[in-house]
Amino acid sequence: MITAALTILFHGLAFAMVLYIVSVGLGITMGLMNFANLAHGAFAAAGGYVVVMATRSLGLPFWVALPAAFVTVALAGAVVERLVVRTLYGADELRQVLFSIALLFMAIAGFTLAFGPLQQQPEIPAALSGQVTLGGIDFPAYRAFVIVAGVAILAALWLLIGRTRMGMRIRAAVDNRNMAEAVGVDTRMLFTLTFALGTGIAGLGGGIGADVLSITPTYGQEYLVLFLIVVAVGGLGSIFGPFLAALCIGVVDVAGKYLIPEFGAFFIYGVVIAILLAKPAGFFGVRS
Amino acid sequence: MSAPILETRALQKNFGALTVAQNIDFSLEPGTFEALIGPNGAGKSTFVNLLTGLVQPTSGSVILDGEDVTALSIEARVKRGLVRTFQINTLFNSLTVAENVILALDEFHGQGWRPLPSPSRRRLIRDEAYEILGRLGLDPWGNREVRELPYGRQRLVEIAIALALRPKVLLLDEPAAGIPSTETGTVIEVLENLASNLAVLIIEHDMDLVFRFAQRITVLVQGAVLARGTPDEIANNETVKSVYLGEGIHA
Amino acid sequence: MARPIPRNEPVKSLSVSYQGAAASSTWRGLAMGRGGSDLVIAVLLGLAALATLLFGEAYWLLAAQVAITMIFALSVDLLVGFAGIVTLGHAVFFGLGAYAVGIASVQFGWTEPLSALLLAGAVSALLGAATGVLVLRTRGLGQLMLTMAFASLVYEIANRAKPLTGGADGLQGMVVSPVAGLFEFDIFGLTAFVYTLAVLIVVVIFAVLMTRSPYGRSLVGIRENRVRMQAIGTGVQRRLLSIYIVSAALAGIAGALLAQTSQFVGLNVLHFSLSGEILIIVALGGAGRLWGALLGAVVFTLFKDRLSALDPAYWYFWLGLLLAVIVLFAPKGLIGLVDRLLALFRSKEAA
Repeated sequence: MITAALTILFHGLAFAMVLYIVSVGLGITMGLMNFANLAHGAFAAAGGYVVVMATRSLGLPFWVALPAAFVTVALAGAVVERLVVRTLYGADELRQVLFSIALLFMAIAGFTLAFGPLQQQPEIPAALSGQVTLGGIDFPAYRAFVIVAGVAILAALWLLIGRTRMGMRIRAAVDNRNMAEAVGVDTRMLFTLTFALGTGIAGLGGGIGADVLSITPTYGQEYLVLFLIVVAVGGLGSIFGPFLAALCIGVVDVAGKYLIPEFGAFFIYGVVIAILLAKPAGFFGVRS
Repeated sequence: MSAPILETRALQKNFGALTVAQNIDFSLEPGTFEALIGPNGAGKSTFVNLLTGLVQPTSGSVILDGEDVTALSIEARVKRGLVRTFQINTLFNSLTVAENVILALDEFHGQGWRPLPSPSRRRLIRDEAYEILGRLGLDPWGNREVRELPYGRQRLVEIAIALALRPKVLLLDEPAAGIPSTETGTVIEVLENLASNLAVLIIEHDMDLVFRFAQRITVLVQGAVLARGTPDEIANNETVKSVYLGEGIHA
Repeated sequence: MARPIPRNEPVKSLSVSYQGAAASSTWRGLAMGRGGSDLVIAVLLGLAALATLLFGEAYWLLAAQVAITMIFALSVDLLVGFAGIVTLGHAVFFGLGAYAVGIASVQFGWTEPLSALLLAGAVSALLGAATGVLVLRTRGLGQLMLTMAFASLVYEIANRAKPLTGGADGLQGMVVSPVAGLFEFDIFGLTAFVYTLAVLIVVVIFAVLMTRSPYGRSLVGIRENRVRMQAIGTGVQRRLLSIYIVSAALAGIAGALLAQTSQFVGLNVLHFSLSGEILIIVALGGAGRLWGALLGAVVFTLFKDRLSALDPAYWYFWLGLLLAVIVLFAPKGLIGLVDRLLALFRSKEAA
């Protein structure tokens, strides 16, 4: 009984952390730029492919591949933001949604052509491929690492947003963009940096989470609903809201699938619909 | 004195610890033209929003033509004759001027649910729209998109839409706001020609306009009624003078 | 989650078409305004349908598919283009309509096609009413999310309810009686084509009349300025719910037609990619323009038929590229290009 509860909690947490790492950037960019980026998951998949390529083809260590994924995807995000996304700020929702779907489709096609339709797994370092024993139960060490990574990223973001000047500017612009510009914040640059940061973290999440959400060309489409759920339930422009939302969804989903496999997938949608109806702005929505 | 068409009883609105409407008793008789004035942040807009139903009061009630409408929706109050204009133009910018009025006429005539077109009825409604536009001197602009009009004319479209709804009570939220002073003449002319049985509550900063038309004036300060009376009484009220010191309140 | 209004932008969400006061002009005048594009497209589509009927027996089945997509596109355009409600889960109504006639036929022997069509419309309308009440309580991203969440939920249910739906294998063994007791569905697809075309014509007439009615105009009013609509006495919420239900019913009828003409229902009729595709079709044609949506459905379906024969990956790439180009360079869609072409002719004629 306790074993079952611990197992559910552990795997639920691991799932939740992957959801969080991938989704948190989406919430920040949506809150700041009001851009509904349905292609966010494609950036996560790109990060996954970078880690796969780096560890498998180039033989680089996992610990080098992860930062490489972050940097590569962040750069790609910055380029996309500068070239096209920028022109769609302030455009109506339909155009934004359609454009990001276009981006998503092109990414799916690109990944399929470059890496084939099958699932890819990064090479995991020996230190993480064993088991860890917690409370007398064996758990996969890699998933323990995922949980630690999720908490670490939350802490890093909290420091970045809460304690640095860039973070202060982001908070100011999310609150009131006009006012932020009036006091001299360069929102153009800020938007590019934020978009890069958000997609970069997603890329990191794609790489770290490949064990939980497997890397396939259609990654960005298959899990899109999950990412959007985390953001919508957590609230736009927040870093803690999505964390809480991811925890709820991760644990509920794993528990549902473990306890009642027949109806497992229903739980998550039921919970989401209930939360959104009770709190339409999510847990910590900066925007209402 | 006839029975009031619009009344509020002990109307109160708190946002947390902040009181934005404090125990407001107010009444408006048919055919009167009343002004609501007060310094910025006095709660004038909140009061209008409480009247129209956009904001729900913490306590107290709004009575329209003898009926308690406090719990009714915005649209239900409009259907009962309580109509407002907006301080900042709230129009259908990409529709033509006539279409803006036609939308309101369709709703007024209960046609909003009619799923089939009717050319004959449409012609009638069109004529009615142009009749209203004519009264405001807007008929030459009928076929133009609202966004092509100069701002002053757009302000008149606000009033045209309101008139299409045949209001019993008309709430004019700064009808002259944003119009260059050289063009306020048209607005004045429009206000002069409003039907005599209509009850009008105007919120206005332009004291010339207020003292020109208002039969009664209510002064709102910090969410509470500071004074109420004829223009003369208000102009000579010492408390009001002190609040408006430097803003030059005189007829 | 109301999106704040972008600065310096009037409250306005989509490219505009308003069948307004100017619509009552002569044919010549009609050909010059937006009505001109509508007319040109209507005539071209009519001729294409006639030519296919007479000479294109190899394309009858494809043409039936096109007609079905057109009905589905109309249902989404009424919701997205006219009323301004963005949805990424409309396949749920299409799919439900398909499963409704499929299950009615397999489980209950309800094989008469016309009454089954009405059944599908009614079932989808019911789901539209139930979910619409909830979806319309939120705005913006929350609304988008709820439409996706409901669609995913129904997809999961259909996937799990194997005894009823056949799950991932699809619903097999569907029988459809001859239309009106006379016209059996044949392997060439003649009955399928004429039958779907007839339903399409009825739906188009209904939609055209509706968008020109006071009701249709009030939807555009809500899209353009919700606050003002409320201030002129419109019960905005109820009116949006009504179009949500109508749109759901039309999507259900389209789905039912697909099930009847192919005598099979697969899970793909409920899939997210269908919800995405139909939104793309509407944008491709020109949101807020009925004839744009119809044109978009034709172009898209033919395009897809050609390209997906190659390799699905290429299809996705070209689709994405096309969509990006449309969004960035032709936000008014194909019908916007037709508008410009006609304007060009007109100015040449005048010169």
